[in-house]
Amino acid sequence: MSSQQSNRVATIVINIMVAFVVLILIFLLGDILITGLPHVTLHLLTSPSQSFAAGGGIRDQLFNSFYLLVLTLLISFPLSLGAAIYLAEYAANNWLTSLIRTSIEVLSSLPSVVVGLFGYLLFVIQFKFGFSILSGAIALTFFNLPLLIRSIEGSLHAVPRSQHEAGISLGLSNWKTIKGIILPAALPGILTGIILSAGRVFGEAAALIYTAGESAPIVSYTNWNPLDSNSFLNPMRPAETLAVHIWKLNTEGVTPDAVSISAGASAVLVIVLLIFNLSARAIGNHLYQKGSGHK
Amino acid sequence: MTSALLETENVHLYYGEKEALKGINIDFKPNTINALIGPSGCGKSTYLRCLNRMNDLISGVKITGTFNFKGTDIYAPDVNLVTLRTEIGMVFQQPNPFPFSVYDNVAYGLRLNQHPSKTELDEKIEKALKKAAVWDEVKDDLNKNAMAFSGGQQQRICIARLLAVSPDIILLDEPTSALDPISSGEIEATLMQLKSTYTIIIVTHNLQQASRISDTTSFMLNGELIETGQTSKLFVTPDKQETSDYLNGKFG
Repeated sequence: MSSQQSNRVATIVINIMVAFVVLILIFLLGDILITGLPHVTLHLLTSPSQSFAAGGGIRDQLFNSFYLLVLTLLISFPLSLGAAIYLAEYAANNWLTSLIRTSIEVLSSLPSVVVGLFGYLLFVIQFKFGFSILSGAIALTFFNLPLLIRSIEGSLHAVPRSQHEAGISLGLSNWKTIKGIILPAALPGILTGIILSAGRVFGEAAALIYTAGESAPIVSYTNWNPLDSNSFLNPMRPAETLAVHIWKLNTEGVTPDAVSISAGASAVLVIVLLIFNLSARAIGNHLYQKGSGHK
Repeated sequence: MTSALLETENVHLYYGEKEALKGINIDFKPNTINALIGPSGCGKSTYLRCLNRMNDLISGVKITGTFNFKGTDIYAPDVNLVTLRTEIGMVFQQPNPFPFSVYDNVAYGLRLNQHPSKTELDEKIEKALKKAAVWDEVKDDLNKNAMAFSGGQQQRICIARLLAVSPDIILLDEPTSALDPISSGEIEATLMQLKSTYTIIIVTHNLQQASRISDTTSFMLNGELIETGQTSKLFVTPDKQETSDYLNGKFG
């Protein structure tokens, strides 16, 4: 085969592979949205779920998912920011650093159900947190840390070395250079990383079944005291998320309309994840243009 | 004869086992432009970075010798690096403005150690940008991102950022090698103007540039200082054969 021919064949094969990947995605999204969207009504989004009767909604599960996400990010973002700054700016190239990197890799490859059971034993039982948003948020932090550390570290590394030198040559200390110059310059990448990891957290189910629980008690959305047990902000209450609710409806759902609620909830979940992904790109591009001065 | 502002004596620098600078002695007099020339890898940038302790950032570097700046040793243990680097500032090969507005770039050094009022800041920023000969080009766009300007303008914004903190000595590490000839010419003209107030030490690959703007030239080769002296003399009647060979393009 001449090199021209092999080039043509390779191009065709690569194009077919890409088309295959895109087709899978279109098929999945299309199937979920076509079966689910007709069930997405205002009633579904604003009513509490029902255990036995028909006509339940996903109001509390939807809120729980967002609340859990916020709490998870509150815990995991500062930790991963610190770890990423250490790895990108301070860590020497030695065995300790490679040990830390390997630990992070291992953390990211832990099966989520194992993390869930670990969280159950340690936080739910041992620390007596019970099935709670807090237990769930800590378990999700385990997943989120490696993802966030890696994306933040990548954004920090992408800031040119010359920016670092500029800061030092102006008499800034290492820390002031990082805080005042490197971090603002890396901000677009960091934000994109946060939003993408938020998608992962939002869709997680297995780790939450044993930590945040499978029940969504009725809470009051007007009670703003997080210490009150019926407040929607109380982090110590069990909180079934959207993803867990979908799993439960399909395994042990006894309501007559379980299938249609599950389809609608799946559509909502997928739409929220799409919004996360698209906004990550939009915000990243916008900030990049602002930061680099390119139009 | 005016006395030197910065005297360096017997400067050695080691990267681990490797000796990168082998005993450099150069003195710099106030209000002069001093060029450091030599082939790539001869140690001229390394030497320049010793003068404001930028090499401190690199692990495994050992520096010996004396660096006498206005009567104090740059490498004395009680030296304040912030003060030192505002007195001896640096401009790099690649223009490296911060990804902020022009105004914030020039204001950065000023805001670090003092809290100037808004009017004071405005004044100092205008003055610095004027001295760096870039004011006319940026005065209407002070809030525009510094990265959006041309390379030559970015380099002069970097010079303005440095001038704002009133250094005594300006170190320039091949400041025009990433720029087109017109921008380079503008930077050179700027440096000629700055000579009246500052002492300039410039590393350059461009021999014409060294001969056009500098008062003294030092020629380095393989970590050694071969020859240093008045530019007018060194370029016409160098003492050493190596200098003559390099200037005539026989190597490097």
